[in-house]
Amino acid sequence: MALELPENVVVSKLDALASWCRKNSLWPMPFATACCGIELMATGASRHDLARFGAEVFRFSPRQCDLMIVAGRVVMKMLPVLQRIWQQMNEPKWCISMGACASTGGVFDTYAVVQGIDRFIPVDMYVPGCPPRPEQLIQAIIDLQDKIQAEGTINGDEFNLPSRQRRKRALIELPVLPNLPPTFHR
Amino acid sequence: MCRPNRMMQAATLEKLNAAFPQLAHSEFRGQARVVVAAESLGALLAWLKREGGFDLLVDITCVDYLNYRDATDRFGLVYLLAGTATNERLTVRTFLNEPNLTVSSAVPLWAGANWMEREVFDMFGVIFAGHPDLRRILMPDEFEAYPLRKDYPLQGRGERHNFPVLSRDRS
Repeated sequence: MALELPENVVVSKLDALASWCRKNSLWPMPFATACCGIELMATGASRHDLARFGAEVFRFSPRQCDLMIVAGRVVMKMLPVLQRIWQQMNEPKWCISMGACASTGGVFDTYAVVQGIDRFIPVDMYVPGCPPRPEQLIQAIIDLQDKIQAEGTINGDEFNLPSRQRRKRALIELPVLPNLPPTFHR
Repeated sequence: MCRPNRMMQAATLEKLNAAFPQLAHSEFRGQARVVVAAESLGALLAWLKREGGFDLLVDITCVDYLNYRDATDRFGLVYLLAGTATNERLTVRTFLNEPNLTVSSAVPLWAGANWMEREVFDMFGVIFAGHPDLRRILMPDEFEAYPLRKDYPLQGRGERHNFPVLSRDRS
């Protein structure tokens, strides 16, 4: 069936349209706890200009954000705060783990530092580096945009894919508590 | 940088020796140090504040001497004092052993001791009797260990990963 369309009319799917809107208007929540936060600020500032990717408006309220950028190490006292802020963000939401510390704990393999935030909240993009250069963070945002465009749906079905659940389950079931003292579980 | 006033220090030490005859003191690179028994720490600090002119408490910290070469005591508590009028400095040390890790608080003398004593309590488990608010200051309240003790493992006992996991379908 040939359908004549007037000029400047494009046919697409609603899913693609929603993803296109979302990916070009990311609102980052800067969860900056360490030196990665400085690079995060540099990324948002004029020289690297995150505005080119539609993500320049950093908001310090999780209610107004859909992209959490965890920049820096997260200690065990901070982790409940991080989880609370993540829960306060509205769907659809994404998370970038910026730098070695947020992704793995980095060099801080001590009693107080969480060894990777992906043990406790879902992470979409990991940025290596200590700290990563702004270009690396921009690349992560571009990749996240591709991911949003590729698998985004208008009603958020992409968050319930079985493959995704399987990956998350593998993370959850990591044996992270091998030898707890008996007094610790209350 | 202000150098310690050594002439003044000698005179103060003499007065101090008259007031507390059993005090052991030593000097290292111009810095005077006295060692006091834990029971008389409170009296000594009160004397230093009121009679000795040490109006500034610079720091309170602690050292765990577990498995330390030639050490006889477990914990060494360190008070760094300064007199702002005379530019004198003095280190007061006292040694503590389990199970009695209680010393009297210095908060009635120097209000600034409040958070320093809370930090020493948080990290080493030293109890400061008479402290108005002896809670943990760095670690979360439900933390049970004293992490700067040498018998506490560097990577902890799993506390850092004892949290609920938020997955995509639950958040």
